[in-house]
Amino acid sequence: MSITRFVKPEGLPAFLAHLSKDARVLAPVVKPADKRSVVFEPWKEGKEFTLEKATVPAKAAVLPQCETLVSYRKVKDKANPQNVTLELDDTPQAETTVVFAARPCDARGYVTLDRPYLKGPIADPYYKARREKLTVITLTCNSGCNTCFCHWVGGGPSSPEGSDILMTELSDGYILQGITPKGDALLEGSGLDDGADRFKEMEDVRKAAWATLVKAPNLKDAPAKVAAKFTDVDFWTRETDRCLSCGACTYFCPTCYCFNITDEGEATSEKGGRRLRTWDNCMSPLFTREASGHNTRMEKALRMRNRVSHKFSTYPENWGTFSCNGCGRCISNCPVSLDIRQIVLDAINADKAAK
Amino acid sequence: MATQSKKEGMLRELTPRPLPQGNPYKPMAATVVETIQETGNIKTIRVVIDDPEQMANFKYEPGQVGQLSVFGAGESTFVINSPPSMKDYLQFSVMQAGEVTSTIHRLSAGDKVGVRAPLGNFFPYEDWKGKNIFFVGGGIGMAPIRTIMLHILERKKDYGKVSLLYGAKSPSDMAFSYELQGWLDNPDLDCHLCIDNPAEGWQHKVGLIPNVLTEIGPKPDNCVAVLCGPPIMIKFTLQALEKLGFQHENIVTTLEKRMKCGIGICGRCNIGSHYVCIDGPVFTLKQLNGLPPEL
Repeated sequence: MSITRFVKPEGLPAFLAHLSKDARVLAPVVKPADKRSVVFEPWKEGKEFTLEKATVPAKAAVLPQCETLVSYRKVKDKANPQNVTLELDDTPQAETTVVFAARPCDARGYVTLDRPYLKGPIADPYYKARREKLTVITLTCNSGCNTCFCHWVGGGPSSPEGSDILMTELSDGYILQGITPKGDALLEGSGLDDGADRFKEMEDVRKAAWATLVKAPNLKDAPAKVAAKFTDVDFWTRETDRCLSCGACTYFCPTCYCFNITDEGEATSEKGGRRLRTWDNCMSPLFTREASGHNTRMEKALRMRNRVSHKFSTYPENWGTFSCNGCGRCISNCPVSLDIRQIVLDAINADKAAK
Repeated sequence: MATQSKKEGMLRELTPRPLPQGNPYKPMAATVVETIQETGNIKTIRVVIDDPEQMANFKYEPGQVGQLSVFGAGESTFVINSPPSMKDYLQFSVMQAGEVTSTIHRLSAGDKVGVRAPLGNFFPYEDWKGKNIFFVGGGIGMAPIRTIMLHILERKKDYGKVSLLYGAKSPSDMAFSYELQGWLDNPDLDCHLCIDNPAEGWQHKVGLIPNVLTEIGPKPDNCVAVLCGPPIMIKFTLQALEKLGFQHENIVTTLEKRMKCGIGICGRCNIGSHYVCIDGPVFTLKQLNGLPPEL
């Protein structure tokens, strides 16, 4: 049996304080605004936090919205000013980080990102540096919600994939279960009470969570069916009729990982500048526009086709599994209520509808 | 030379190829040693990697591309269009189109640039041994053709008849003009040049590439056709090659789509599940037929 610990709700701040001694702790924090949201922020002692599902997943822990890849500057040899060299600094910025109270869909998101970032022809050194310093503590979901569908795509409310520790809310507190050796070690050094006697109760709570979920349709044929719809542009035009190309679906997604690389600051000066990597958005018509004006995804239908195909057909073709983890944020944050589930189901049921 | 390019997890084999050493995002600092104004909008940049050891050890295969960057403006993808036997410099021929290429056009000898290379796959020239090869280059599309053609001509004894059809809008739009006479005189090369419309003093063929190609009428038996050019030229040249009877596996082209990372992550150059930067840029027509139509 894995290592388990138990903590009362009032013990959580002390646990976070313990974690933050050696690491940056990212915890969900409420941001009051016209539209209230929950985001992950670095926690320090005394800061309020919540255990709600975050509006924005903690993807930035491994893939910041913006980061420096290389800083550059020209260096003149003072004795011989004609002798100019280019100084390039590419040290990855990575700090030891604990993500606290992610959800299983978000934790699986890290595994989804690991494949292209670590297992392609060349590993991404910046991602790798941060990923190796990351510990994920995941709060299992005690119930589903009307936009999430992790169980359609291979996950579940207590899926351990991508988590180092799974935490489950019981009647009077939280049980923490080590999933990886890293998680076990963290729990062993946490000073929390043993939770072995609550293990049975934990299993019951997790099982009850499954019972709250709607029945999942069979998506086994989704990769082939979505691929088969590729050339049916009318289908994609219909499905994306009301899309605004705002890109919210990509920015809120725990597994969207496209990026842009741009320069900031001239290298002609000794002050220099930086080459930046920033999140990009395949819903933008600029995403694939070439200097010549040629653009393979000029229409929004073709851009959404790319996004849905990547999640449900082409990523599976490359890596053997969906890259959508069913968190539902692209649905709950869409200003026009587009629903990726419906697009996939329509692709699957297209033959039946035609008959 | 080749570095293993498949790791656990990916369901698809990639051809082993030379890869960038170290951090794939960190450019090698390089210095422009020469620029050649090829035409009104094409400029050739020759660069040397600043670290002599890196320069001496730099290996690539014909058809592989590089990200050439001007710090402050950004980077763009171009084929390395000097043949791998050229050890003095790396050459990029660049058509002015957008921000980065405009900045590249302002470079002169002594300027500092960055190079991330080699990226992508390469022309499968080993598979072509014993065969005739018909190269077709249109406009700036001659850049990658030049690399592989010079590479093949260096090993001519391994190949059959080698032909080139190089077309441009007008005589003044022909890049590598200083090399053309040498190509015409080369007994190992059957060289045809064409321009779209008649021009004074033009001694060669006149007409659009697909039509001139049909007129030359290369025999498809034991022959590989290798082409690169603007999308519209590719489209009609493919039709002409099909009419001539070329099998799809014997038609090879190189695609240079918009790229950022160059290592199969950033999500811009994909055609379905395949990424031009790691599965290409070189594809046979047969391979392209197996991918979704998203060119």
